[in-house]
Amino acid sequence: MRNIRLSWIFLALVLAAILISIPGQPGQAQENPPRPIDEISDNEVNAIAKQLYCPVCENIPLDVCPTQACAEWRELIRLRISEGWSADRIKEYFAQQYGERVLAAPPARGLNWLVYIIPPLIILAGAYVLYRAFKSWKTSTPQTTEGTLSAEPALDQDEYASRLEEELKKLES
Amino acid sequence: MTSENLTTNEELIQPKTRPQWGRIFVWGALAVLLAIVGLALLRNQQGPVQIGKPAPDFSLTTFEGEPISLESLSGKVVLLNFWASWCKPCEQEAADLEEAWRFYKPRGDVAFVGIDWTDTEPNAMEYLAKFDITYPNGPDLGTRISQAYRTTGVPETYIIDKQGNLRYIKISPFLSIQEIYNIIDPLLTNP
Repeated sequence: MRNIRLSWIFLALVLAAILISIPGQPGQAQENPPRPIDEISDNEVNAIAKQLYCPVCENIPLDVCPTQACAEWRELIRLRISEGWSADRIKEYFAQQYGERVLAAPPARGLNWLVYIIPPLIILAGAYVLYRAFKSWKTSTPQTTEGTLSAEPALDQDEYASRLEEELKKLES
Repeated sequence: MTSENLTTNEELIQPKTRPQWGRIFVWGALAVLLAIVGLALLRNQQGPVQIGKPAPDFSLTTFEGEPISLESLSGKVVLLNFWASWCKPCEQEAADLEEAWRFYKPRGDVAFVGIDWTDTEPNAMEYLAKFDITYPNGPDLGTRISQAYRTTGVPETYIIDKQGNLRYIKISPFLSIQEIYNIIDPLLTNP
């Protein structure tokens, strides 16, 4: 019975972890007023570029990628910012053009879900295993001591103890 | 105290008959995860598409907005060229490809398609204008076509015969226009 209750608690924790780990779905992208391209600073460009990865090179964020292609993509980000595009819209555009692999945080759909579900699940499963292990160690220790004193089953021992107690009470009275 | 111990002992004596759903779930999930990882690794380790086998179908929309698919080009020898404006070796072959296209275009049984890989549209348009490229070109949206052909970079050229089978792969720029003729001509005379 207690195990069933623990299982439910574990399941609830897993679901909570999943819900917490789901990244917020981008709502309607907030558009900005257009600005002259010269006014767009490198910091503004890099703030978006660091959330993207170079589509050609392996595992290099776009803001630090030194290739000519990356420089062109950063300029494209600058152009889109000047046109008033929001960061979410620019990222969506890059994902559409070059595939979702350019996104630093993959969207939570399809097999991508595994990325968000598995790590918290493993952590929770590990915590549960540790809890069970500690619990079993705690309960098994006194039994081992009793086992060394007598090979008789605990039930018989208890009967003997109760009878002994009764006899002692009789003697005292 | 005694009754408590009795209950505990009864619980210990009773054999566990119900299935251990937790363990089944964990092992099942682990097996599924390993299968997914295995399939992904297998896919990554696949080499290029095989010569002689049907070429993967693709569809793209050109920069002019015209839809093209391999299916729509059946019955023609198709030259599929992957390029990018930032790719310097692509520039080496650009003029030769255009010249070859202009040579074959009047025949009507040869199609050239340029696939712009991981590029920006303004730069791609600039590149096409610079080399006066007139055959259809379009972006590889989401890198779907390059993934289907399992390309390794740019420039890469795939030549497909009239039956839709892949006949030649060039993983570097063409060094001369003659090289292009030498590949396409036999496919026109001996299909």
